[in-house]
Amino acid sequence: MAAVAQTVAVEPAERSQGVWAAAWTRLKQDRIGVVCLGVVTAFMVLILLSAVGLVAGGWQLEKGVPYANPSFLGDQPNIESQAVDLAAPKGPPVDISDIDPLAPRYGEWNKRAAEIQVSSPPRADTLPFGGDRWGRDVLAKAVKGAQISIFVGVFAALLATLIGTVLGATAGYFGGRAGDFLEWVYNVFTAIPGILLIFAFAAVVGRGIDTVILILGLTGWTGIYRLVRAEYIKHTSREYVRAAQAIGASHASRMFVHILPNVGHVVLVQLSLLVVSFIKSEVILSFLGLGVPIEMVSWGTMLAEAQTELVIGKWWQLTAATLFMAVFLTAFSLLTDALRDALDPKLR
Amino acid sequence: MVPTLAGVVLLIFFLFKFFGGDPAEILAGQVATQEQIESIRRQLGLDQPWWVQLWIFVKQIVSFDFGKSWMTNEQVSNIFASRLPASLTVMVPILVLEVCLAIPLAMTVAYYRGTLIDRTIVIICVLAMSVSFLVYVIVGQYIFAFRLGWFPVQGWSDSFWKNLTTYAPLPIILATMVSLAPQTRLYRTFFLDEIGHDYVRTARAKGLDERRIMFTHVLRNALIPILTYVALLLPGIFAGAFLIEIFFSIPGLGREIYLAVNRSDYPVIQAVTVYLAALTMVINLVTDVLYKFVDPRVVLR
Repeated sequence: MAAVAQTVAVEPAERSQGVWAAAWTRLKQDRIGVVCLGVVTAFMVLILLSAVGLVAGGWQLEKGVPYANPSFLGDQPNIESQAVDLAAPKGPPVDISDIDPLAPRYGEWNKRAAEIQVSSPPRADTLPFGGDRWGRDVLAKAVKGAQISIFVGVFAALLATLIGTVLGATAGYFGGRAGDFLEWVYNVFTAIPGILLIFAFAAVVGRGIDTVILILGLTGWTGIYRLVRAEYIKHTSREYVRAAQAIGASHASRMFVHILPNVGHVVLVQLSLLVVSFIKSEVILSFLGLGVPIEMVSWGTMLAEAQTELVIGKWWQLTAATLFMAVFLTAFSLLTDALRDALDPKLR
Repeated sequence: MVPTLAGVVLLIFFLFKFFGGDPAEILAGQVATQEQIESIRRQLGLDQPWWVQLWIFVKQIVSFDFGKSWMTNEQVSNIFASRLPASLTVMVPILVLEVCLAIPLAMTVAYYRGTLIDRTIVIICVLAMSVSFLVYVIVGQYIFAFRLGWFPVQGWSDSFWKNLTTYAPLPIILATMVSLAPQTRLYRTFFLDEIGHDYVRTARAKGLDERRIMFTHVLRNALIPILTYVALLLPGIFAGAFLIEIFFSIPGLGREIYLAVNRSDYPVIQAVTVYLAALTMVINLVTDVLYKFVDPRVVLR
């Protein structure tokens, strides 16, 4: 911080640092913040690669035996995978062809079945971090789950921020009737306990990634609305806004070109707080079966599977999902803290 | 309060009216003739214009008569009466315990601010908050109930004492542990705000011992924001523990709503949402009045 003050003092002719550049300088000095930024960036690269199919593209392939052991526990017995082979009936086969009504057609069906080539790829006994009930690679699932969960969290947060900012800006800037009306809408949304609101929305819309984003976005905008509205009330009467009015800037221009950059730091911090809380919500919704559809994987659906797996001692899916989620959310939360400190004008 | 409540009613009504599926088709099930659907539609008043339907909805709310659940045929009012005690049995101890544990913890952390203890606890809190609530419950239930057998895995009885002493402890302990981290972190900032004030320096300057400063001066002032936060949590005691209730099959209100969502049981969802919203508003009003007693500076208008 001292360095910033010095450069400004020594070279007054040079243009002083903008708020974002100054924040970036401060963020770079925060060691925890930089590490967290690295972790978050790594996750973002990972989910980008996963989105284009370079990583974890084959998460649905049943590569290993059911509940394949992790490679580092390869010598542990795996009773559950053998149970499938033991399913063959014991004792001599009973001939029931005289009473079986389908008996005449078996020959025809067998011939038709023989025409279709079935290849069953060799199943590995161990996978890098174990396999799930169908022998799918848990590590690939966790990466794919990270993609879905983070995608949902980020987009729902963007939607909530958009709604909250536009409504907050309108309420704070215009005030009056429009402000009163939006206050009423805000009161209505906050009067209903959050989880009930989410459940009510979930009851009427179907299942799917887009609906989860919609539910979280439509129910989670209230906090950001409140803060943005307060900022706009403060800024609307400031001189720079009135100067803009004097040179003929329209309402929309004043709201979003002049004021918005000045409250952008509030919005950004709230956005990242929302990402964390929405990822947690998505995980819970998916766990309850109200979230992502069955053919997709998210950290929540992994945890839902892990609950039954834990009872038979298969802990790796739970561990993988928990580790991925904990590392990402810790890094993101600490980054948000660092960001808030870096953007706080009072600390300058 | 009245306009807000009206807004809640409108929101719920239009949400289910325009975005929800056709109630008649949900009620009639997969195999139903057109006539059956028409007849259900007439019974529910769905053939009427929407303002008449809204009027029916309002009458249901005011008369506390939401009819029967579509799926179980249980009276909705009966669902409230039978599920609420179970929810409260779990939630009230959770709320009391977490607040009573978080306050001393936060005070300790705030007192040692900037030191290694403070930083460690804050980072542990962030880490603990990043692990999903689900994981704590899954692992806790597995270890303490399934493996060690200290508690029953799940269950509920008719007797209040048996519930409180046998079935409720594990859910209560797990939920308290989970909410401790975020609350400690939040209360720490409240205490830090107070410790930075001039009156603390004055108290130190006149030679008061640290214990007296922390417990009589700082604690009393920090309690005001803490109470605000607790008041925000308070409405959650009715349905907030829905995850706990689902995991431990506790027949509470939260689990009931979850089941209703899965079954598209609209009357139950609507009734619970509207009444809990009304209850939330009443609680907020009561806490506003209580403020006057905690903080004499507050003036009620």
